[in-house]
Parts: sequence; C-alpha cells; structure tokens
Amino acid sequence: MSPITYIFGIAAALGILLVVVEMLRRGRLRERHAIWWIVAGVLALVIGVFPTVLDWAAGLLGITLPTNLVFFVSIAVLFLVCIQNSAELTKLENKTRTLAEEVTLLSLRLDQLEPKPHSGPLAPPAEQRSVI
Amino acid sequence: MVVTFERTLIVMPAFNEEASVADVVTEVFAALPGVGCLVVDDGSTDATVAEATAAGAIVARLPFNLGVGGAMRLGFRYAMDHGFDNVVQIDSDGQHDPGNVPALLEGLASADLVIGARFAGQGDYEVRGPRRWAMRVLAVILSRTTGTKLTDTTSGLKASGPRAVRLFSVTYPAEYLGDTIEALVIGARAGLVIRQLPASMRPRAGGTPSHNPFKAALYLGRAILALGFALVRPTTVEEGGHP
Ligand SMILES: Nc1nc2c(ncn2[C@@H]2O[C@H](COP(=O)(O)OP(=O)(O)O)[C@@H](O)[C@H]2O)c(=O)[nH]1
Ligand SMILES: [Mg+2]
Repeated sequence: MSPITYIFGIAAALGILLVVVEMLRRGRLRERHAIWWIVAGVLALVIGVFPTVLDWAAGLLGITLPTNLVFFVSIAVLFLVCIQNSAELTKLENKTRTLAEEVTLLSLRLDQLEPKPHSGPLAPPAEQRSVI
Repeated sequence: MVVTFERTLIVMPAFNEEASVADVVTEVFAALPGVGCLVVDDGSTDATVAEATAAGAIVARLPFNLGVGGAMRLGFRYAMDHGFDNVVQIDSDGQHDPGNVPALLEGLASADLVIGARFAGQGDYEVRGPRRWAMRVLAVILSRTTGTKLTDTTSGLKASGPRAVRLFSVTYPAEYLGDTIEALVIGARAGLVIRQLPASMRPRAGGTPSHNPFKAALYLGRAILALGFALVRPTTVEEGGHP
C-alpha cells in the first residue's frame, strides 16, 4: 500500500467523524440518530490506521478478498441507518396525526364557544396541503 | 326496540365532496331526527366545508389529509368527548342511504359493530374485476377472524356501539384500507361482537370516487397485504397514538 492510500483512508475516516461530531455539537443531529454513523467512522478509522486488522478479520470470517468485508459492513450500516430512519418517520407520522386530530377537536370547540367566521385550523394555502 | 337517535353520532368523512355532502346531511337529519351529524373535512380544496356547514352539520376541519381512517378516529374521539353512545359512518358521496341506519342501530342491541353490507341481498351495487375478487378473499378470511359470516368487509357503512366507540377512539388505524380491513381485525381481537346486515347502496350523487379502475389491480395486492399485517400485528396500542 502506498503512503498516499494509507493517508487517504485515515483522512476519509476522520472526515466522517468530524462531520458527525460537528453536527452533534451544533445540535443538528441527535445522538440516537448519530450512533451508526459514529460506529462506521470509528471502524473506518481503525482500519485506516491498522490495515492489517481488516486482513485479520476477513481471514477470521473466511473471506478471501478483504475489501468484500468492507462492502458488507458498509451496506449493513447503511441498511441499519435507513431502517432506523423509516421507523422514526413512522413514529413521527403517528404523532403528527394525533396532533392534527387534537388541533381539529380544539378548533372545533373554540368555534362552538366563540362563534366567529375564520378560516379553520392552521389552514395552509391549498397548494401546500398535498405536500404533507 | 325503540331506537333513539339522540345518543347517536353520524360521522361523515368527506374529501372534496361539495356536490353531494349537503344533500346527504339534509337526508340524514330528515331520516334520523335528533341525531348528531359530524362531517370530517379532510383538507378538501373545494366548498365541502361551506356546503356541510350550510346544511347544518357540525364540521371538523383536519389541517391536512389523513385519509378516511384518520377522519373516523377523530369522529370516534368527538363522540367520546360529547357523550354519544353510538357512531355510524356514512359516506358523503350519497352512496349510503341514511334509511338503513335505524336497522343498523337496532342491530347494535346484540352486537358492538354492525356492518351494512352491499352484497347481502338489498340494492343493486356491483363491483367487477380484481376489486371484486379481493373483496371475496377478504370476506372469507375476515369471516374466520371475526367469527361471523361477512360478505362485504370494505363497506364504509358501519354502526359502532359504545364498546366499539371506546376502542376505536384510540386505535382506529390510518393505514391505507385500515379503516375497513384492519379495523375489523382490531375489533375482533378486542372481543367485539361483529355482525353484518344487508344495506342498499346507491350510485355516487356527484364528484369522483377516490378509487379508479387503474387502481383496482393494485387494490387487490394492498388489501391482502393490509390484512396480512393486521393479522400478525401485536395487540398493543401504537406508539404515538392517543393514550
Ligand atoms: N376523510 C377523508 N375522506 C375521504 C378521503 N377519500 C375519500 N373520502 C370519503 O370517503 C367516502 C368514500 O369514498 P369513495 O371515493 O366513494 O370510496 P368508495 O365508496 O369506497 O368507492 C366519501 O365520503 C369520501 O368523501 C380522504 O382522503 N379523507
Ligand atoms: Mg363511495
């Protein structure tokens, strides 16, 4: 392995970690969503610094071509992140739905308590509605 | 048995039904004096709200489209909050005849959930192709799940008694087809007594149906899928749902 490749591997791993940590620091990412990215970054860093770890792990699992292990782990991490995102989305949709019902019931009650013409609960312009 | 309409809430999910909603509301009040009538507008972009309000219904306006399931759960919650014992779902497109409601309410004397079924002898409602096959398959499987003979499991015309209202105000599903198929599974698993009575069905009074022929084939697959998931779902209340 040429020194350039070696340095490139380490720099890429540090790059991932830097982005994740910076986003965590600024509150743009919550820990629970960052966990898999941190795991991936640390793994990449370990393998970047000690490439022999990869050969050793591949040998342990009987994988002839060590890079295949890299691909496998990368895909697994991406898969986990995607699943986590989908689950999170479902949860948020449920919460949004409950909130929408709540707002509607409250607004209906308000209408009945103080009847006056107004345009309904948070009524967005018609063209925005389909977006949600 | 004398049916009283005072403790009954008619819930009408409505999505862009300005052509028919007012007539249905008027018809409901004429056929069922004293009944409560809640139209749940689901982000319609037409004059549905104005039409329904003018016809004298209570109109709840969801801020964005939740689908029939979301609209119905709102209806069940409204019923709980305002002391209604029974909820009857009637479509706003004029396909359901409010004249069927007294029979459904009488059915509630011996059941928690009564379905007004379209193929049970009355009326001349007809569906064809994949959608019909889907309905057949669903009917067979859901008959077993609910322990009663059902022929029309996707009918929107349904009367819910107090136990069903309590259950559905928390658990009514918003998934595609959840308002029909999954709701029956949830009801059956919670031990509700489910029955089917014949009901006549009419053509739409106006507007366009939400299902078109192109979606019919897709409907089959999604219906079976929805049923499959409903049957294997654990019975806990969904996270994020109303406590
Ligand atoms: N709340 C709500 N109601 C809907 C929606 N789509 C359709 N509906 C209403 O559900 C009822 C049945 O719809 P329809 O298109 O006639 O379905 P079909 O009778 O099963 O073919 C009508 O009262 C519609 O206004 C929706 O997205 N949200
Ligand atoms: Mg219809």
